[in-house]
Amino acid sequence: MKKVDIIFSEYTCEPYAVFKKIMKREKLEIIQELIQSGLRGRGGAGFPTGLKWKAANLTESDQKYFICNADEGEPGTFKDREILTKVPRKVFIGMGVGAYVTGASKGILYLRGEYKFMVAELNKEIELFHKICKELNFDFQVEIFLGSGAYVCGEETALIESIEGQRGEPRNKPPYPTQAGLFGKPTIVNNVETLVSAMMVCNMGAEEYQKLGTSDQRGSKLFSVSGDTSKPGVHELELGLNVADFVEEYGDGDTKAVQVGGVAGFCVPRKDFEKAIIGQGSTTGGSTMLFNSTRSMYRVLINYLEFFAEESCGQCTPCRIGTQQLLKGLKAVKNGTRPPEYLDQLIKLTNTMKIASKCGLGQSVGNSFASIVQNFREEMIY
Amino acid sequence: MKENIILYIDNQEVKADKGQTILEAARNAKIYIPTLCHHEDLCIAGNCRVCVVEIEGKNKLEASCATPVENNMRISTLSPKVRNARKDIVSMLVSEHNTQCTTCYRNTNCELQDLAFEYNVDNNVYISLVDHKYHIDKSSWSIEKDPSKCVRCQRCVRTCSELQHVNALTVAHKGEHMEIQTFMDLPLNEVVCTNCGQCVIHCPTGALTERRYYDEVWEALGDPEKHVVINTAPSVRVALGETQGMPAGTLVTGKMVAALKKMGFNSVLDTDFTADLTIMEEGTELLMRLKKALVDKENVALPMITSCSPGWVKYIEHMYSDKLAHLSSCKSPQQMFGAMAKTYYAAKIGVDPKDIYVVAGMPCAAKKYEANRVEMKSSGFQDVDAGLTTRELGHMIKSAGIDFKELEDGQFDSLMGVSSGAGDIFAATGGVMEAALRTAYEIVTGREVPFKNLNILPVRGLESIKETSIKFENCLPEWSFLNGVEAKFAVTHGLKNAKVIMDMIVAGECPYIFVEIMACPGGCIGGGGQPIPTNNEIRKKRMEAIYREDAGKKLRKSHENPEIIQIYNDFLGKPLGELSHKLLHTKYRPRNRY
Ligand SMILES: Cc1cc2nc3c(=O)[nH]c(=O)nc-3n(C[C@H](O)[C@H](O)[C@H](O)COP(=O)(O)O)c2cc1C
Ligand code: SF4
Ligand code: SF4
Ligand code: SF4
Ligand code: SF4
Ligand code: FES
Repeated sequence: MKKVDIIFSEYTCEPYAVFKKIMKREKLEIIQELIQSGLRGRGGAGFPTGLKWKAANLTESDQKYFICNADEGEPGTFKDREILTKVPRKVFIGMGVGAYVTGASKGILYLRGEYKFMVAELNKEIELFHKICKELNFDFQVEIFLGSGAYVCGEETALIESIEGQRGEPRNKPPYPTQAGLFGKPTIVNNVETLVSAMMVCNMGAEEYQKLGTSDQRGSKLFSVSGDTSKPGVHELELGLNVADFVEEYGDGDTKAVQVGGVAGFCVPRKDFEKAIIGQGSTTGGSTMLFNSTRSMYRVLINYLEFFAEESCGQCTPCRIGTQQLLKGLKAVKNGTRPPEYLDQLIKLTNTMKIASKCGLGQSVGNSFASIVQNFREEMIY
Repeated sequence: MKENIILYIDNQEVKADKGQTILEAARNAKIYIPTLCHHEDLCIAGNCRVCVVEIEGKNKLEASCATPVENNMRISTLSPKVRNARKDIVSMLVSEHNTQCTTCYRNTNCELQDLAFEYNVDNNVYISLVDHKYHIDKSSWSIEKDPSKCVRCQRCVRTCSELQHVNALTVAHKGEHMEIQTFMDLPLNEVVCTNCGQCVIHCPTGALTERRYYDEVWEALGDPEKHVVINTAPSVRVALGETQGMPAGTLVTGKMVAALKKMGFNSVLDTDFTADLTIMEEGTELLMRLKKALVDKENVALPMITSCSPGWVKYIEHMYSDKLAHLSSCKSPQQMFGAMAKTYYAAKIGVDPKDIYVVAGMPCAAKKYEANRVEMKSSGFQDVDAGLTTRELGHMIKSAGIDFKELEDGQFDSLMGVSSGAGDIFAATGGVMEAALRTAYEIVTGREVPFKNLNILPVRGLESIKETSIKFENCLPEWSFLNGVEAKFAVTHGLKNAKVIMDMIVAGECPYIFVEIMACPGGCIGGGGQPIPTNNEIRKKRMEAIYREDAGKKLRKSHENPEIIQIYNDFLGKPLGELSHKLLHTKYRPRNRY
């Protein structure tokens, strides 16, 4: 397992020198570099960043917006907070480069309400950034928008609704934000970490970056490690690592399960540690929680479900009602009012939620539910 | 430019336009896809997920109401994957629902019930989520809200905001606690709600209904002491048939009258008659305002705006309370009827007005509230005792066991039962304007209004704001001050459009002298008390029917109605006379905006 130090690395040159260098390059060249690097979004959905920027670059519009998603509402994630407190400058460079490439002239940092304490520092940083932009004759203004606490507002279209002053409800897609986003204008939404990684790709070159990771996932990323671990905190690791190695490093010797990709991700039981790769598929959310044998997986799952039933925006049927049914159904099996086989009905229900919910929240509830119920069935029943 | 797209739905080749949704393309090709949150009148929500379909190459299902067509898309609307998901979704909706069909007003006319039937939902799969501590809001004269029957489709919210610009309803809370609320969850009678009932005809279930008064009416019908009269609005006769299984646009005037007589009304009379009376009063009022403005150079509020739509009246009272002078002081035909029934009619037939029970059969939810306004007691009693919607009338006909389709046509009773075609067309947006112009122009010039067959086509139809203008020439001596005046008129419907006109007035840029405003899209034929469903296709059919009724009448101008001439001769004297003022005109009051 390889620890990496890209995201938090110190600057070795004067502030914003990197930015000035990148801004001299052709837009399409930057896009090409990003595509080649294989960088995928770090906000959860794992969409290739180069392709997103390319799509936005191709959309014609008199006004485009560039949003940095710092809503970080997922339980057990705190990596974006670390980035914004330690290396905010890199985030703004990432935004600046993204705005340059896509043609956006307005930037918004959508900051989780609980991170209000950062605003003063960040504003100072923004002031400096604006000065540099002016020097470069680059028309780009960033402002901070404070979120108001709903997890679903981290979903990019709900986030856009909330900036527009509406209820934070995800929109129908298409149109995608890059086609019609904030106030109907093309809008690019990127996670904090994605922007830093994009900046670093431009700085170090795709070839260098590509050397990290596997063909499926390139580069490195931050993991927020929590639970039964001796080393809680944010760690930058090369992608493509398997759970066994991860547990070796961060476990407490008694790890029975690891939740990878946050509450929306999967729960890996001990028997699968060897074959499971963290972040396989597309769930690249950064939270990893370790559970040792003293933990009740039933309690863990109930906790997740309570979170989802509360944090679903409530607009669509499969998610609003599905989350409640899973919660009630699981309890009913535990207390014997429904037979153990009811768990299978509930797993079927998660499939409906996965294919029929409107947004990523409802679609992913089944990941943790099915993986926990399937692997710890006895704990659910007795 | 239209771009044509070809796609395949259930292996059938379907042509569509770029920008259309899969649902629209399917419907055009007569392929059925179930829906719940979708409504033709409203913006796309895509939240119920009942309309999901499978698109080849995609693992997830997509909501057909919200997904645009693409070339060569291959779509399956009936695959097991789709059917299973839909069944699960409907089962979930049922698990959240206080299913009480046997006692529900929407029984047999409910979209959730239909879906549960189509998908053969087993009520026991999921655990009931119903919280039995729910509260039914019965505070309003017009609207009842039962949250336990809400499927959270947000159709009401979109209606109140997109069509009506009132925003009385909103989505509150999230997740399991998400629900539809009024501002601060206050009772409906305390918030800014116009009682228009548009949310009710857009609600798929029994969560929003009109407050029903049919039990009181049955009670009165069975009371030997009471002389019960009903007046039916023009738009009821073109819609009531739908409640009895007849196609939209069927004209059932005669059958309606016959059915009401069977139910035991002592007298079945016509709101059209008081519509004619409204024209006499309102037309004269307009001319008097013009005279004051042009001859006496007084400062009068122009344009004058119609006041027959109580939802609209409440809207302006809330939203533009400093512009109430623009409203005509005329009561609505329903309220004129009530006042006349308990004075003129009572005297003529020799019944003590206290024993007269006036029922109004209306396309409207707001009329229920209007009947209960404190201003509406000019006869010395409450002028109108009970307001019923077209739906309630339909319900009563069924409950009386009347085989409606087989009825022989009946005739309205006399004394306030004769009406002109001008009264009929009050039913549709533009009708009051057309009727008023037919009369006012003739009063001023002595000639018929200069439109072919008296049909003022520019003010008809569903366009949002319609305009016309008339140049007055060769006026009669009394009206010579109008010579050469080119008068502009406008008609609008739906409160969203009313706002456009009002904002013109506020900005001092309103070129019209007379404006007709109806609260409901399409006017009364699309009223909040009309049969469900109501959509543009159905509105058009009802409209066509009412213009047929008008065109088929010999009597087409209000001022030529012999009963109108008689009521002025025998009772009222002249339009805007002293008695008229007391009985047929009213006052308005400013209300809070919030
Ligand atoms: C329920 C939900 C919550 C989300 N929360 C966040 C979040 O807190 N931060 C974030 O960057 N992305 C979040 N996302 C993902 C965003 O929708 C979006 O995909 C992401 O911001 C795009 O950035 P990226 O391409 O850089 O990953 C969330 C998605 C869902 C469905
Ligand atoms: S899946 Fe959940 S969070 Fe997403 S739109 Fe539906 S109800 Fe809202
Ligand atoms: S709303 Fe529909 S499903 Fe619900 S009780 Fe009424 S009729 Fe039945
Ligand atoms: S009755 Fe009309 S104004 Fe009142 S809530 Fe319904 S749609 Fe809105
Ligand atoms: S009240 Fe009716 S229209 Fe409104 S959300 Fe509920 S079911 Fe839908
Ligand atoms: S009808 Fe399409 S999602 Fe509701």
